[in-house]
Amino acid sequence: MLEVNGLVADYGAVRALDHVDLKVTRGSITAVLGANGAGKTTLLRTLSGLHRPRDGSMSLDGKDITRLAPEDLVRLGVAHVQEGRGVIAELTVAENLRLGGLWRRDRRWLRAGAEQMYELFPPLADRRNQRAEALSGGERQMLAIGRALMSRPDLLLLDEPSLGLAPRVAARIVAVLRTLRAESGLTLLLVEQNAATALSVADRAVVLYLGRKVADDTADTLAADDRVRRAYLEV
Amino acid sequence: MGRFVDLTLAGLTSGAVYAAVALALVLIWRSTRIVNFAQGGMLMITTFIAYTIISHGGSYWLALVVAVASGLVLGAVVERVLVRPVEKRSPLDAVVVTFGLLVLLQGAAGMLFGGTPRSYPPAFGIAGFQAGGRQLLFAPNDLWIVLVVLAVMAALALVFRKTSLGLRMRATAFAPEVARLLGVRVGRMLTLGWALAAAVGALAGVLIAPSTFVSPTAFDAVLVFGFTAAVIGGLDSPPGAVVGGLALGIVLSYVAGYLGSDIVTLASLVVLIAVLMVRPQGLFGTAKGRRV
Repeated sequence: MLEVNGLVADYGAVRALDHVDLKVTRGSITAVLGANGAGKTTLLRTLSGLHRPRDGSMSLDGKDITRLAPEDLVRLGVAHVQEGRGVIAELTVAENLRLGGLWRRDRRWLRAGAEQMYELFPPLADRRNQRAEALSGGERQMLAIGRALMSRPDLLLLDEPSLGLAPRVAARIVAVLRTLRAESGLTLLLVEQNAATALSVADRAVVLYLGRKVADDTADTLAADDRVRRAYLEV
Repeated sequence: MGRFVDLTLAGLTSGAVYAAVALALVLIWRSTRIVNFAQGGMLMITTFIAYTIISHGGSYWLALVVAVASGLVLGAVVERVLVRPVEKRSPLDAVVVTFGLLVLLQGAAGMLFGGTPRSYPPAFGIAGFQAGGRQLLFAPNDLWIVLVVLAVMAALALVFRKTSLGLRMRATAFAPEVARLLGVRVGRMLTLGWALAAAVGALAGVLIAPSTFVSPTAFDAVLVFGFTAAVIGGLDSPPGAVVGGLALGIVLSYVAGYLGSDIVTLASLVVLIAVLMVRPQGLFGTAKGRRV
């Protein structure tokens, strides 16, 4: 569904992405791996329209999306969960969720969707009228993901979903995402620094090294490939 | 005691106007991190528009509606045409642009209307209410000023807290990038924010015009007090702007009544410094991200 060809992006004076090609098929889970500064976050920011690419093209289901703004991309089914500070701390949990589905202009969905999210992530239900600043790290991540799901995306871009979370909480989030894929055919592209976690969840993985793609294979193959692991993944 | 009541009531009236000006500044600050130095010039122009309508025989109410409507338009145009190009640049660029606009508007008003202050009619009577056998320093027109400002603020609070549009605007103010990722058309929200702010400013201009008169520089003091009120309230907080405006109005009224009216401007500076020394983030502000 997503096709990226020869993507080049600069981050300040640094070339963050250097001719990256990527293909993501519908319903798959793809992991983007690499060390700090490999260009993983820039890749997601470029895909969601926050960052303008210098060169190359991106298309979604055959439609060119290279120059689209984030507010248009979300309407085409691309949702981006940013690393760390994605939730708006000054708004309540309920307001954050509502905001995620607002562009659909569907009152019934706003209510039904929020209830669905509270079911998926029960800790949010008890705190729906509290400001998001009161949430723990894991709850914030749940809220950020739930809010992205409120837009009913086809493609979910996740930046470091397990960063700083207790393994139990991270496992729960992973379980929810897997269920969603099985039930609604959600496609996931997730950036992870923790290669072991990511490879255990993903079908495919690509490895970025200093902005270049150095490996692109099934997750099982990459997990077994000592050369790649040792050279790029610091495991 | 009677004098104290009088001064408090008079302070409440001017405080309501400062609160409205402060709110106009706060609405713009929290969405674009720009102090709109042109606010005084913008409300001066809209008040001149209202004055023109009245001097051609139009009613007070028609003039008020047209002033607020032209405030909406002026605010939107200023944001789109002048502010948008410098939004992503250094904050200093925006300061230069808004200052430039102030000079431009005052110059244009001087050329069109001349420098002579024009009188502006009040909405209601200006003879004080009778209470306990004496006349208060609080007239029907003052009551109107206080009530209309409070009503507008309550309406704005409702819009921000209870509607989808308000949620979009708050999200834009708190986290523009996140808002865009969630499909909010942030550019439109910023234009709307400037329009609303300018409309509130326009309202303040018409309300204060009977006591300041209308001239290119008549509203400079109101803007200074409004800005002071906004900073006292925390610059980031609409309720803070309201409380800051009312408190400043009352304090300055005591100063004028008990100490003398020529030190009012100085007193507002003293109040500002005193508040900032005790609470640098303002009464309602949050400590983070302040760069004045």
